[in-house]
This record gives sequence, C-alpha cells and structure tokens, in this order.
Amino acid sequence: MKNIFSTRTGIIVVGAVIGIGAALLQYFGNPPNMGICVACFERDIAGALGLHRADVVQYLRPEIMGFVLGAFVAAFLAGEYKPRGGSAPLIRFFLGIFAMLGALVFLGCPWRALLRLAGGDGNAILGLLGLISGIFIGVQFLKHGYSLGRSYTQRKASGWIFPAIMVGLLLFLVFQVTFTPGGPIFFSAKGPGSQHAPIFISLIAGLVIGALAQRSRFCTMGAFRDAILIKDFHLISGVAALLVFAFAMNLILGQFKPGFEGQPIAHTNHVWNFLGMALAGLAFVMAGGCPGRQLFLSGEGDMDAAIFALGMIVGAGIAHNFATASSPKGIAAFGPAAVIIGFIFCLIIGFTQRDKITA
Amino acid sequence: MTIKRIDARGLSCPQPVVLVDRAVAAGNTDLEILVDNEVARENITRLATRRGLKTDARQEGPDMVIRTAKA
Repeated sequence: MKNIFSTRTGIIVVGAVIGIGAALLQYFGNPPNMGICVACFERDIAGALGLHRADVVQYLRPEIMGFVLGAFVAAFLAGEYKPRGGSAPLIRFFLGIFAMLGALVFLGCPWRALLRLAGGDGNAILGLLGLISGIFIGVQFLKHGYSLGRSYTQRKASGWIFPAIMVGLLLFLVFQVTFTPGGPIFFSAKGPGSQHAPIFISLIAGLVIGALAQRSRFCTMGAFRDAILIKDFHLISGVAALLVFAFAMNLILGQFKPGFEGQPIAHTNHVWNFLGMALAGLAFVMAGGCPGRQLFLSGEGDMDAAIFALGMIVGAGIAHNFATASSPKGIAAFGPAAVIIGFIFCLIIGFTQRDKITA
Repeated sequence: MTIKRIDARGLSCPQPVVLVDRAVAAGNTDLEILVDNEVARENITRLATRRGLKTDARQEGPDMVIRTAKA
C-alpha cells in the first residue's frame, strides 16, 4: 500500500497540522509560544515525577503520551511496529541527557524554536542558527563514517515497554495520584507548568500528531540534516509548513508579538541561545532524530530511541537540580559548563564511533 | 557489470542513505541494498531516484532488497 503521508504533499500537510495544532493548544491553555515543545514537556514530566523540584515546571503533559501512543497505533496498523534495539544504548542515553541540557539553556526543542519564531520571538533566530550549526557539525561526522552500530530485532513484547509507561503516566494524570503527603505526583500551581489545555484536547492532539508524524517520518533535525548532507529538501518542506501555518494561526488568534525583550519563557543571551541549541542539534544528529522523532520511533518499538527519550527526561532532572537550565531571567550559573561538557562528550563520541569507509 | 551489495540493516537514519550515496558517488549504478525497515526503503528509493537511478524492491524474509540500475 502506498504511504500518502511520506510524499511531498503528505509531509507539508503534516507540518501544517502540527503548526496549527500547536497554536491552538496555546489558545486552549498551553504556555505561550509553547503549544508543543517536546523538551519542555519532558522537563515538565520529570518535574511531576519529582526528578527535579522546580515548582513552576511540573505537569504530566498528555501531548507526550499521545505522541508515543499515536505513533504506536499507526505503526501497528501499518505493519511497521517492529521492536528493535541494541545500538549503543548507553551512548544514546547520554546523548539524550546532553541534548536536554543544551535545549534547556536555549529553552526549547527545535519544534519550540520554530513556534517561538512563529510567535514573534527574535531570540529563536539565534536558537535556530545554533541548531543548524550543530547539525552541520554532526553531518561532518556522518560523512566520515560515524555510526553507533546496528540495532537488532527484539522480541515482540519488548517494544510495549515504553508505550506502557506512557499509559501509566496518563493514568497518574487522570487520577491525580499522590504517593506521599507533599510528594509526587507534583502539579505546578503557578508558572508554565500550571498552564495547560484540557487533558482531553491535549491527548487527542498528541495522538493525531503522533500518528501523522509516524506515517510521514516528520523530523526537524532530519530536515536540516538532509538539506546539508544530500541536498534533499523533502523533510524541510514539512518544517517550513509548520512555521508558516503556526505563524498564520498566531496572527489569527492574536498570539503574534514580535521582539527580543520580554518574550515568554525566553531570555536574550544570544551567545548561549546559539550554543545551547548547537549542542542539542549535534546530539540529535548523533542519535538519529529530533526529540519528537525519537518519541515516534519509540512508539514503533525502537528501544534505542526510547533510551534517548529517557535520557532527555533524566537530563531535565539534572538541568534543574544542578542549575544548568535557563529561566526568563537568563542563563543559570552552570549552564555554560554543561554545554561545554556536552560538546566535549559529543566530539569524543563523534571521533571514536566510526566505521571504516569503503566506497 | 558486477552488483555491489550493501547491508544497511539495523543502521539508524541516515546511515543507509549515506552508504548508498557514497557508493553512487564512487560510480556504482548496480546496487543491491539490504534494509530491514520501510523508512530506509523510502529514503533510499528517494535518493536513488534523485541520482537518476531506477529502483525495484522485493521482500526477502523479514528484510527488503532494493535493486538499483541505470534508468
């Protein structure tokens, strides 16, 4: 059966749906310029579970569960559900950690960088330039034989683990479980964590986007990577559609506010906006997907992608516990150190994890 | 013309594409590429078409074999 979503038209439609969906999710209550942000939402989940105690960013975001479960169902129906794993899991876990540390210096994943730009936040330009620079570095490694090695088919049940975790988180959310007095699950009473669309709307949006993205292979990192590496502009047409339609929808909903100063959940440190996202971009290339794509792959049964996603959630805990995550006031004390350590890690991995090239 | 075989099974995106592109850049047109997922098949087919090759894919057990040739 022909997959209509993996055509040029398909990827553009999916990008448009994500862009419109994100603007609407903001309209329905999600934080400003954060209708969807995979990094931020995983950070909120880390907070809800008590992996960090930043009380303004704690919420079990149903969009994330929806992404994984929507992709899971779509892959299952299409006969593409295929448990696999075993390609350097520990390296992928740390790539996930450092991707999150970099993303939280900028304050957003590639999706949110696009949504921030679509909402008028000029600081996002620095983030996107950083992202592209990081991807450019990663592409050089790819050209020189970078590989984390093969994954192997795993038994059917192993691919259920990550989707099952998502179902569990969803139940914690629906029943607002409290495990100990004053303990998790934490839900922010103020700040971005307290701003959210109704659970039902968030979940449906997540499921729809998860299913569409699984079919279309939507990936923001892959978009820039393919353009740089093989001059293929297939995926980037989806990214462009996301940006354009989110922008148009923001204009319609009165959510477009251009400028650099006073942008929501953003800071104006150009150097570290750039470098934070550069680290994230490099880590995404080395792991083979942007944070969103890693969730969709997890739904398909890719256990290596699931390890990366778990690395990002743990990384969010580290980012807030060890004062490396930025805030609207600016970068945190140890943000630059985290980015530098992340770059050193990624460069070592890039230079050491290589296959011999035979043409 | 000898057929060059590439085993791209289990490699994460975009390595299958990189391997094929490298082989094509080295002057190979007749390739037989072994992949184990639909995404890799789509990506390789798209690349080969853009590089002016025709492609044909067949299922082989759990894997797929993509055969390329001069268009």
